[in-house]
Amino acid sequence: MNGMLELKSIDAGYGSFQALFDVSLDVRAGEAVGVIGPNGAGKTTLMRVISGLIRPIRGSIAMEGTDVVATPPHRIVSLGIAHVPENRRLFPRLTVADNLKMGAFMPGARAHYAERLEFVFELFPRLKERLQQMAGTMSGGEQQMCAIGRALMSNPKLLLLDEPSAGLAPVVVQQVFELVKRIRASGLTVLIVEQNVQQVLRVVDRAYLLEAGSIRAAGSAAELAASDTIKQAYLGV
Amino acid sequence: MQSFLDIFDIYLLEAVINGILLGGVLALLALGLNLIFGVIDVTWICYAELVMIGMYGMYYLVQVFHLPYWAAAPLVILLVALLGAALHFFVIAPLLTAPPINQLLATGGVLFILQSFATVAFGIDFRNLGIRLPVLALGEMNFSYARLLSFAAALIGMVCVYLFLTRTFTGTAIRAIAQDRQIMPLMGVDPKRIYLVTSAIGGGLAGLAACLLVLQYDVHPFVGLSFGPITFLICVLGGLGNFIGGFIAAFVFAEIISLGGLFSDLEWGYVLAFAFFIVMMFIRPAGLLARRS
Amino acid sequence: MNRQAAFWIIALLALIALPFVHRDPYHLHVLVLILIWSFAYTSWSIMGRFGLVSLGHGGFMGIGAYVTALLWNHLGVSPWIGIPVSMATAGVLALIVAYPCFRFRITGHYFVLVTLALSGIVLQVITATRDYTGGSLGYTPQRAQSGKGLLALQFDDKTTWYLIALAVWVVGLVIWRAIDRSMIRHAMEAISEDEDAAAAAGVNVTAEKLKITLISALMTALSGALYCQYQMFISPDTVSGIAVSLQMVFAAIVGGVYVALGPTVGAVITIVLAEVLRISFGTKAVGWDNLVYGVLLVLFIIFLPKGILGSVIDRIKSPRKPLRGHEQQTVPIARR
Repeated sequence: MNGMLELKSIDAGYGSFQALFDVSLDVRAGEAVGVIGPNGAGKTTLMRVISGLIRPIRGSIAMEGTDVVATPPHRIVSLGIAHVPENRRLFPRLTVADNLKMGAFMPGARAHYAERLEFVFELFPRLKERLQQMAGTMSGGEQQMCAIGRALMSNPKLLLLDEPSAGLAPVVVQQVFELVKRIRASGLTVLIVEQNVQQVLRVVDRAYLLEAGSIRAAGSAAELAASDTIKQAYLGV
Repeated sequence: MQSFLDIFDIYLLEAVINGILLGGVLALLALGLNLIFGVIDVTWICYAELVMIGMYGMYYLVQVFHLPYWAAAPLVILLVALLGAALHFFVIAPLLTAPPINQLLATGGVLFILQSFATVAFGIDFRNLGIRLPVLALGEMNFSYARLLSFAAALIGMVCVYLFLTRTFTGTAIRAIAQDRQIMPLMGVDPKRIYLVTSAIGGGLAGLAACLLVLQYDVHPFVGLSFGPITFLICVLGGLGNFIGGFIAAFVFAEIISLGGLFSDLEWGYVLAFAFFIVMMFIRPAGLLARRS
Repeated sequence: MNRQAAFWIIALLALIALPFVHRDPYHLHVLVLILIWSFAYTSWSIMGRFGLVSLGHGGFMGIGAYVTALLWNHLGVSPWIGIPVSMATAGVLALIVAYPCFRFRITGHYFVLVTLALSGIVLQVITATRDYTGGSLGYTPQRAQSGKGLLALQFDDKTTWYLIALAVWVVGLVIWRAIDRSMIRHAMEAISEDEDAAAAAGVNVTAEKLKITLISALMTALSGALYCQYQMFISPDTVSGIAVSLQMVFAAIVGGVYVALGPTVGAVITIVLAEVLRISFGTKAVGWDNLVYGVLLVLFIIFLPKGILGSVIDRIKSPRKPLRGHEQQTVPIARR
């Protein structure tokens, strides 16, 4: 498998507050990788650093071999990285159709707008029914579908999912992780950040444990699920 | 007595219709201001002065360079659109992280600049296109073609903007950016570019309004003062950034001005409009607060 | 502290003595203008410094000037009564417009636009009532018969005007200082930081804002009336409307709104600038002074938002830490 995303010794933060310390991780093409950890561990910061919303203080980020640390965030999308932000962040007073359209804003994606729309409808038939509805009026699960669909519209190679299960009812959480499996099956590489450790370890190949801004453990999903620390701290076993 | 009432009613109807016609142009101006506020979160208090520059542009192209009206109008729209983009680039963009009040006052400085530039460059004489369009007599009512044309053109302009906002990717981004600024880069959108495009559209709308107003009114450096304040009242009453609210408020105010002007001078129409505005603030503040930042 | 007080007393005495030593009428004329406008700009800043950016002050000034002049010309009411009446008129108007604004929390952009409309409307009224006010052509208070100058508040002597303007200007600074030391200031600062928190802490937000607005409007109307009595000619463009409001904002910003003498510094700069342009360009200067103001206003907001005096004081207080570009950018002109 080829390397897709590679982070080396990333330090990052907001102003004088540092949230990430010497974080290194890599994602290979076709993989699903999870980053688990408690609230405030720096998981969202990590995602924001990858998609360029925050410039790292130190370290390097390479997407398919090209360094992207200095790339402005709106250009990073065109390298094939799509970010589904925490809390979905749909445009609430725009229709589902318009939200999806925004996902295909990049000139490269506009050309394949119709194809991508088909692809998204295949994954989420529900969205097709809701096209003219205001995104903000849908249920949490539907909104999450819409947010993922919006990200998929840009025809990404790598999908960043930030806490896809946050704020959803347990049944819906189940559905969302099913979706993640289907997205994987369609050939996308996925990097997923979650607090819901139990669920996420079922859908990813490998995972990293992020605590207080540092990587504390890494390994295959099975290894981590079997590790004592994680069992005690996160799985409640 | 009977005949008096007849005439009165005719005049009243004429004033009502003229109010609607005026409302079209005011709605155009309100749309431009609302668009800029909604997207960039800044109010151009020099907006009416952009219109004034556009009116001078029409005057020079038509009267001095002898271009036909239909050829001059697109040039002026383009000119004011560029002016709008330049205003954003040179004044607003450096202040994007500054408090909103600073941005607003900076556009006040631009108001000074444009007004005095016009005074210096064009003098304080009143000028007009020298085009006198005929008057349409409908029964006993008279409507100037200039107003009818303005109304139609203003509606067409607004429809164009509507189609642009709903049908194109950039237009959708313009609507989206007002709802969530931070995540726009995740869509591959460069907010700076959207701001510039929006400013150009806002300028273009001012340019269109200039082409229409110059048919009805003489241009002088302070002409912006006669419809700038009313445009601000419309936007505040409709809710800043609220397109539909602005559209409705424009017609309400236009009727007040037109009907007020029926009984007295046009200036009193403005005064009446302001009084109405104050009363509305007392009784329907919710209408004002629709999209308070 | 005593040394400071002594300094101010000496400075004031020097200012009082000035017209008796230096009798050049042109210089005195410029000084009177500076003092009257300083007072107007100080009036604006009294509310502007707390984030209540009003562009309606052109309206209050216009009311001060026109009501006083109209009462004198049409009803023969002495400005001694006319000025308080005009101030009361401006105050009532200020309350009528400001009450719903403050009651319903209309702040920021909205407040600016509403007040902007106010000054536009006052201008329209003056123009509309041209049968009484002379409209855009301007208006002149009738000359009083000789010997009745005091009653009509008309003096040919520049020294008298200088002393009157000086006294009013000093009163303006005293009011500033009184507010600075009063509870209103603390209340207003809390409000400009966070209205909800201030309200929760027991501050009557609406009442405090109305108080400061009323004081500011009354003072501005007085400045308009004085300007009218001194110049013996007013026109809608010179004492009312958006341009005058913006002129106040400009001068206050150039000088700095957080310092008592900031608006005065702004007045000195703007008036000297206008006079220099007028002398060097003659009649061609029409428009040029405002063009220069406009450009400077934009440049000041972008590069020096604390104003000249404010920035100088900052440097003196912390000379080691020059303002970084980033910090400057985030300084509000008025706290908001």
